[in-house]
Amino acid sequence: MATVTERDDEAFEVLLGRVLQAGVVLAAIVVAIGGGIYLGRHGHDVPGYGVFQGEPGDLRSIAGIFSAARRLEGRGVIQLGLLLLIATPIARVLFALVAFARQKNWMYVGISAIVLALLAYSLTGG
Amino acid sequence: MLMLINLRSSIHNCPFVTVLVFTIVVTLGAFGAGLLGALTGLGGGVVIVPLLVGLLRVDIHYAMGASLVSVIATSSGAAAAYVREGYSNVRLGMLLEVGTTIGALCGATLAAHVPASGLAVVFGCVLLYSAYLSRPHPMSDVHPTSPDPLATTLQLDSTLPTPDGPVPYHVVRVPTGFALMYGAGVLSGLLGIGSGAVKVLALDKAMQLPFKVSTTTSNFMIGVTAAASAGVYLHRGFIDPGLAMPVVIGVLLGSTVGARVLATAKTKRLRSLFAVVIVALAIEMLYNGFTGRAGG
Repeated sequence: MATVTERDDEAFEVLLGRVLQAGVVLAAIVVAIGGGIYLGRHGHDVPGYGVFQGEPGDLRSIAGIFSAARRLEGRGVIQLGLLLLIATPIARVLFALVAFARQKNWMYVGISAIVLALLAYSLTGG
Repeated sequence: MLMLINLRSSIHNCPFVTVLVFTIVVTLGAFGAGLLGALTGLGGGVVIVPLLVGLLRVDIHYAMGASLVSVIATSSGAAAAYVREGYSNVRLGMLLEVGTTIGALCGATLAAHVPASGLAVVFGCVLLYSAYLSRPHPMSDVHPTSPDPLATTLQLDSTLPTPDGPVPYHVVRVPTGFALMYGAGVLSGLLGIGSGAVKVLALDKAMQLPFKVSTTTSNFMIGVTAAASAGVYLHRGFIDPGLAMPVVIGVLLGSTVGARVLATAKTKRLRSLFAVVIVALAIEMLYNGFTGRAGG
């Protein structure tokens, strides 16, 4: 592979690193905003994490989280921020796939696609 | 140890513990875990779960969910610093990700069916093993000089950037590394940790990569592995926003501060301190597991 392509890839990698960092910061801000709403409304409740009951249905699915966040429920907004956070490594795989496609390295486009499919399977409730 | 148990009973018995107080205590604990994790390079995930289960009486499933999202935060947050150095081997990382994500899906699905006490016992054993791994040990300086046919077919050999220009290196024992990565994925999904120690072990010892390539490639893989488990955890209801919020924010702040002071810290002494903390937490987890105090 030519040196030009590799230097090009390096610049792409650095850009990718910045995009990921920005994603984490954005996710943390959304989580903090949701945390503010949640603590404002429920700060004086008694926490109950001693027994595992599982989250209510609307905080378990992507669609449910989006609608809870749209209603500005504190827990829904936090969960949306956590979804953003989960999306950052997925974005990393997607970007790598694009980089492999630019190099016309089809073997690694395929391998990246397998990893993406496994991640999609997990997130969509497989 | 006694102090931990005293503190635990005082927090647990106090009727004035509200969500607000709980959130502040968890944020401070997560900050400490993130700080130690960044300073020692071992990650904070292994500390968060025993901290929540042992000290704050949180059910281990919720603790694992909160720990897992914090693992993703530190991995993606550190990515920018790592890619700038140009050490990570993206092709190798991506290939091994197939193993870790399949492992993570298996482990996370298994976690829903293993009772809390069983998870606590496995966790305690993994903690003891991490403490053993974190002892000062010589890095493998034996590096393969001839290419491995399978690694060549899979285009895994690469170069290491040095002041004197790029130095080529070879990758060996791809199937062993792949199998170990599957195991690291199972552990990550089963316990809600990054299992970075196992990943570095596979890359460094089995596949004999240069150490810097091992650590940075491991960081790339930790986030993707954790994301694979996170989907399953989310659908099983392990990820509680009220608990994950202080954990994620605390760990992110702690690891950011940790990365800043890393240059001036004496990491050798810190690693010994961290090993002692891990052994104490391991005993705590095993105790909780065997006495059935890890939740319902």
